[in-house]
Amino acid sequence: MALMERRLIRAEIDFGIAGKLWRISWLYVVLLCLLAGVGYAALYTAAGGQAEPFASKHIIRFGFGLVLMVGIALIDIRLIAKLSWLTYAAGVVLLTLVLRMGHVGKGAQRWIELGGTLWQPSEFMKIVLVLALAHWFHRASWERMGNPLFLIPPILTVLLPVGLILKEPNLGTAVICAVIGGAVFLGAGVRWWKVALVVAAIGIAAPIAYDHLHDYQRARIMTFMDPESDPLGAGYNIIQSRIALGSGGMWGKGFLQGTQGHLNFLPEKQTDFIFTMLAEEFGFVGGIGLIGLLAVIIIGGMLIALRCRHQYGRLVALGLSMNFFMYVFVNIAMVTGSIPVGGVPLPLVSHGGSAMIMVMIGMGLLMSVHVHRDVEFPDGREDL
Amino acid sequence: MKRESKRTGVFTRRALLIAGGQLAALGYLGARLYQVQVEEGARYSTLAEANRISTRLIAPPRGRLLDRFGTVIAGNRQNWRALLIAEQADDVGVTLDAFARYIPLADHERARIDRELRRRRRYIPIILREFLTWEDMARIEVNAPELPGVMVDVGTTRQYPLGPQLAHVVGYVAPPNEADAAEDTMLALPGMRVGRAGMERTHDAILRGRAGAVQLEVNAVGRVIRELDRQEGTQGRDVTLTIDAALQTQVLGRLGEESASAVVMDARNGEVLAMATTPSFDPSLFNSGISQAQWVEWTNNRRAPLINKAASGLYAPGSTYKMVVALAGLEAKAITVNDRVNCPGYLDYGDRRYHCWSKGGHGMMDLRGALKNSCDVYFYEVARRTGIDKMAAMSNRFGLGTKLAVDLPGTRQGFVPTRAWRAGQGKAWNIGDTIVCGIGQGYLQLSPLALATMTARLATGRAVDPHVTRAIAGAAVPGGRPEDWPSMGVPERQLAAVREGMWAVVNEQGGTAPIAKLEIPGVQMAGKTGSVQVRNVTREQREKGYKSENLPWELRPHALFVAFAPYDAPRYAVALVVEHGNAGSAAAAPIGRDIMTDVLTRDPAHRVEPLSPRVAGRN
Repeated sequence: MALMERRLIRAEIDFGIAGKLWRISWLYVVLLCLLAGVGYAALYTAAGGQAEPFASKHIIRFGFGLVLMVGIALIDIRLIAKLSWLTYAAGVVLLTLVLRMGHVGKGAQRWIELGGTLWQPSEFMKIVLVLALAHWFHRASWERMGNPLFLIPPILTVLLPVGLILKEPNLGTAVICAVIGGAVFLGAGVRWWKVALVVAAIGIAAPIAYDHLHDYQRARIMTFMDPESDPLGAGYNIIQSRIALGSGGMWGKGFLQGTQGHLNFLPEKQTDFIFTMLAEEFGFVGGIGLIGLLAVIIIGGMLIALRCRHQYGRLVALGLSMNFFMYVFVNIAMVTGSIPVGGVPLPLVSHGGSAMIMVMIGMGLLMSVHVHRDVEFPDGREDL
Repeated sequence: MKRESKRTGVFTRRALLIAGGQLAALGYLGARLYQVQVEEGARYSTLAEANRISTRLIAPPRGRLLDRFGTVIAGNRQNWRALLIAEQADDVGVTLDAFARYIPLADHERARIDRELRRRRRYIPIILREFLTWEDMARIEVNAPELPGVMVDVGTTRQYPLGPQLAHVVGYVAPPNEADAAEDTMLALPGMRVGRAGMERTHDAILRGRAGAVQLEVNAVGRVIRELDRQEGTQGRDVTLTIDAALQTQVLGRLGEESASAVVMDARNGEVLAMATTPSFDPSLFNSGISQAQWVEWTNNRRAPLINKAASGLYAPGSTYKMVVALAGLEAKAITVNDRVNCPGYLDYGDRRYHCWSKGGHGMMDLRGALKNSCDVYFYEVARRTGIDKMAAMSNRFGLGTKLAVDLPGTRQGFVPTRAWRAGQGKAWNIGDTIVCGIGQGYLQLSPLALATMTARLATGRAVDPHVTRAIAGAAVPGGRPEDWPSMGVPERQLAAVREGMWAVVNEQGGTAPIAKLEIPGVQMAGKTGSVQVRNVTREQREKGYKSENLPWELRPHALFVAFAPYDAPRYAVALVVEHGNAGSAAAAPIGRDIMTDVLTRDPAHRVEPLSPRVAGRN
């Protein structure tokens, strides 16, 4: 089977390893390296002006992640498509496992230990959910999209992991999962009003869900509404983050000069609040520069989607870009006090091995779409 | 393929829309960042500075209270205490249990510790136990490995070397409550105390001083990175009192087991040399908080150890009030010094008969004789002629029933009735009430301190106010010199007549208190006794041959005595009350004599004015 596939590709274009490598967008890779470099600088200052213990590990992990990304980029997208549902099933199994025997931390059960590192299966789930949905809609002709019954399986595909993640409980990731799913639905051509209907249904369900939320989740929502109500408790993080940002001003305090981060006022400064750390030292100018770089990477992903000539690749690229965008948006919105705090890292900048690997796997898949943008990938249903 | 291109078209449109949405969202974040960093930047910069710099207060030691000769009345001593720093303990509960094995903690102590553990941040030390003995400390240090987070350190605590002897004047200190801590942040520091009564309370701010401050750069958990700035606070200053500690001890010893109080005053300037109240209490007990049982015992004790009877105890003045009645009568021209009144043993007014203490009567009495014999009928008549309002006005001039400018908290001004007061109650004043007031009974309520003030003013003719503060941080407070006090404006001739009557009480054959005659050659004392019933004597009792010493203790009359000496160059005034002591002449006068003897022999070198030759001549 694999042999046959390979021959098929060769028949179309010259598709050797070298050819594939050529087709990788190295400009995009350079942008990612730039982002990881920003992460290095941020972690260097977070450790008080030294590479240990965060920055050096960060760059090693990125190097490993880069190799992984290129490796994945070389895998034929059609093979990946075939594995979509298998990986989806694996993701669901992992989510179930984490509920049964995962590590408990900060009032939630979301981690699983593997190779000495704690992994969040929900991060993996976001990627494989995109693959599964893309696979489903890849087969969908325009006519079939109009059939409401056709939409029921993909809705369930989204709801199953969302429900499991909610149970951990991890409200933030569950919402992100749903948003990514929604984006794929939209990209696949599901009518706006249908998506709007689902969103409305979720809106109605939200107050009911709030009753079932854990106390710490409610506290997060309440402190978001009025952070100063509990300055030393749950609101502490948001207030301290805002103080650090505000004291950075337009031009910042200078590299390694941020007082709030260095004096440990900033919580989780090497993970969730790394953006604050940077924006304190490099000011609004530095912060907006970083947002600009992230925007270029996101839009780059969207361009890959637009450039792709098959539906599967388009939807995968769209979903993965949305995934990356959600990391960025939630993290920065969180540290600027625009949405409730939730443990979402800034991709490729925050300290953390498993998150970095997951992001790089996502980037590898995105790059695979780009490498295989022109392959013949019939949806297989047109003929029927 | 047409369908395929339609699908592609839809995707392209939507992907562009989504990308636009993403850019808009990121743009929003940029705007938000601008708002937080640039627009509100200044505000947050200030907050950041406050965040980084923590101001820690350093409490200065509390100032001391000294007696007039510099003897320490209230000082500080080292206080070894066991502290717990929660963040250094692996398990606070285990550490506390281990601690309790070596130094038992009562339930209320454990509750307080738990409360502070919840309230304070984990790096702030919490006091487990104060006033550790050497054995306690040894036990803690030896078992230190079992007690992670526990440390022993030294603070200061209040010490009262004279113990109960000056409790009522000095007052006491106690741990601050929430309201105190809100007023002065320094009070939140461990081991701080607030003056709660007496001079500790009057001069609390002076004694406490102002906290110094260290500005420290700290990290988010409060650990000190480095010291930025240091401001020394104001030391608590010493306050010198007018009290003579040695005299106080003597006076207290003389009062003995009675429920009594005595005030010794410098008649020239109102300085209180001794203010004794028995029984007393140990003020240092309040330092660490007193037990419920102790409190109940004190409040249920009918001798009321917590009350400063000298300043807050109110009694009818009885015959000690007669001098004021006489002066009111003289000023109102109701009588003259030489006018005589016949005393048949009673005075009939309206349908009531007012008895003299002498059943057979004193016969014809002038002012001198009436004071000497304490003739009630004479003063009934003077009061009737003078009227209550003029008596009240004269009382006020002598510091009775009026607010005294005294620096001791809790002083009660007592009460002298007026017609206006009675009218305020919606009732008409009875002449009968005036008559009763003539012998210091009825509505009159006065404290020993007020009576001492009255006596001092009688003796010197100056409107001195009693005070206990002599100097603050070595600088004398105003009021120490006799010239600081204005003249009473009472004619010297009238004062002299009253003084002479008081001289006769003590020094003449037939006076009511010859027992009080001083045995110091060349020095004479003038005085007046008083006995006041705490309940009315009925006619039936009187006919049965009523004897007050046969009554139960709490129904016996109070015994009072006021005096000044030396007679011709008045220097000291004494007033004392022995609760339920029966007759003033028997129970109070001898104590007054002994106190005055002690005062005069103790301090002759300090006397400025020479003894008058006239006194010597009389002898």
